[in-house]
Amino acid sequence: MSAEAAAIPGLGAPADTEWETVVGLEVHAELATETKLFSASPNRFGGDPNTHIDPVSLGLPGSLPVLNEKAVELAIRVGLALNCRIQPSVFARKNYFYPDMPKDYQISQYDQPINVDGWLELPTGKRIGIERAHLEEDTGKTVHIGGGGRIHEAGYSLVDYNRAGVPLIEIVGHPELRSATEARLYVAEVRSILVAVGASDGKMEEGSLRVDCNVSVRPLGSDRLGTRCEIKNVNSLRSLGRAIEYESRRQIDLLTSGQAIEQQTRHWNEDDGRTHALRSKEEDYDYRYFPEPDLLPLDPSPEWVEQIRQELPSLPRDRRLRLVEVAPSTDADHIALAVERSMDELALAAIEGGGAPERVMTHIVHNLADGPGQLTPDALAGLVGMEDKGELTATQAKRVLAVLVDGGGSPQDAAQSLGFEAMDTGELESLVDGLISNHPDEWSRFCDGDAKLTGFFVGQVMKATRGRADGKAVTQLLHSRKG
Amino acid sequence: MGQQRITRAECAHVAALARLELTDEELDRFTGQLDELLDHVAEVEALEIDDLVPTMHALPITNLLRPDVPGDVLDRDEVLAHAPFAEDGQFRVPPVLGEAP
Repeated sequence: MSAEAAAIPGLGAPADTEWETVVGLEVHAELATETKLFSASPNRFGGDPNTHIDPVSLGLPGSLPVLNEKAVELAIRVGLALNCRIQPSVFARKNYFYPDMPKDYQISQYDQPINVDGWLELPTGKRIGIERAHLEEDTGKTVHIGGGGRIHEAGYSLVDYNRAGVPLIEIVGHPELRSATEARLYVAEVRSILVAVGASDGKMEEGSLRVDCNVSVRPLGSDRLGTRCEIKNVNSLRSLGRAIEYESRRQIDLLTSGQAIEQQTRHWNEDDGRTHALRSKEEDYDYRYFPEPDLLPLDPSPEWVEQIRQELPSLPRDRRLRLVEVAPSTDADHIALAVERSMDELALAAIEGGGAPERVMTHIVHNLADGPGQLTPDALAGLVGMEDKGELTATQAKRVLAVLVDGGGSPQDAAQSLGFEAMDTGELESLVDGLISNHPDEWSRFCDGDAKLTGFFVGQVMKATRGRADGKAVTQLLHSRKG
Repeated sequence: MGQQRITRAECAHVAALARLELTDEELDRFTGQLDELLDHVAEVEALEIDDLVPTMHALPITNLLRPDVPGDVLDRDEVLAHAPFAEDGQFRVPPVLGEAP
């Protein structure tokens, strides 16, 4: 390592085992409604700038917010799925001046959020506490122009208010995560839950799921929390892991060299793989929250909450447990992956339809990364059955699977279309007999018990049939001819 | 009037948060006025209210909800015509340092 790199906190020694990383995450998810949280403009990703706007999302004088019923229902679904208590709530104004919010405040929930005191369980079985999951509106998007594109040198900014007022749920977890890996599992689990209950599409790449992470470190065994830094601009699970690993190393390096951690908001830079200070807490904003006078309190009736609870679909945790029951020897990672990709139903149906669990799960995890397409559970079970009977090799099965994903149909038809159909016995017999008479020397050595010659004959058959023949059947035939 | 409840510096801080530019004379005057307001709040705070249920809102109504049905949007050109500066269908604003708070 160069002297320069060693001098930069975070690029020094790898994380010391005497330190523990503590991570708490805030996940913001855009709710999958048709319209905005407080107005009837469409809630839709993309579109020309400033085409999904109305007086409320522009903060025009005299406009008044009216709460979207669907957004409340989705928030309750999320709260229930996260084992939260659903309570009466009020909206508050979070005051700040920034052009992404034209009315100079964001409507959020502050001291009385709709969902409190929940938990979720990671695929590892560890439970993470959820402090709250509250409703708030999203902000507009600013783009910085000029000055070389760097924020601090920007010539001016352009603002698009399409996103302003889109409903968000902010899920605040307790700082109970202890590594980058756990943090990734947590976000993946939150995303699975959001998608499962239909609350959000969970697309990090489109910004509909965003994560702020609070990272601190402390000596192993300590029960006091260290000074934390908040990291923003983490746009994928991969950058989340990288950002946490970098940040915890940076903090450990500072502490081991006798320096203090400054409480800061830091920006993750994907290109240089580091976090950079944005502003220190000393200049933190005083948001002067106060109850939003233009909105009435929200107090969902127990009947409504109960009805939403009844309509909740099966949650990822329960779905994992069900899959483990039918495929008990599968890795926990693979079970989690199948559920995360929403292919657990397919796996269950294929296994219940007679497919061998190991082979079914292998296809789900390794060969169906882009989704099942036209593949039906029966076809998957049938395909696995053909593999079991030796009618298809693993390589052939993969190609048959690709055909089934693209066009549907039965595995038998797909195998035939690829020329993989099992060979007719008579055809195989005449082929073998022909080989025997064309290779008399090899045949007599085989008959004398030279086992190596089995490979020769099988190889010749495979070559002639371009791999269609079943090797086992050829061997049996050779031995029966030997008499 | 009892002890001073707000200092001149606190008043200046609140004004700065609200992006208000106050002269020295205004700062003196508003510090005094805010102090009187806080005196009034202190009187309310002194009341015995143990028997009262907290009020969440001035109106005794909850759950005013709107169905999730798209409505009209504003015409972009008309909206941008009212903006001091516009460019590429967007509002053009002075550069902002850092990211949103």
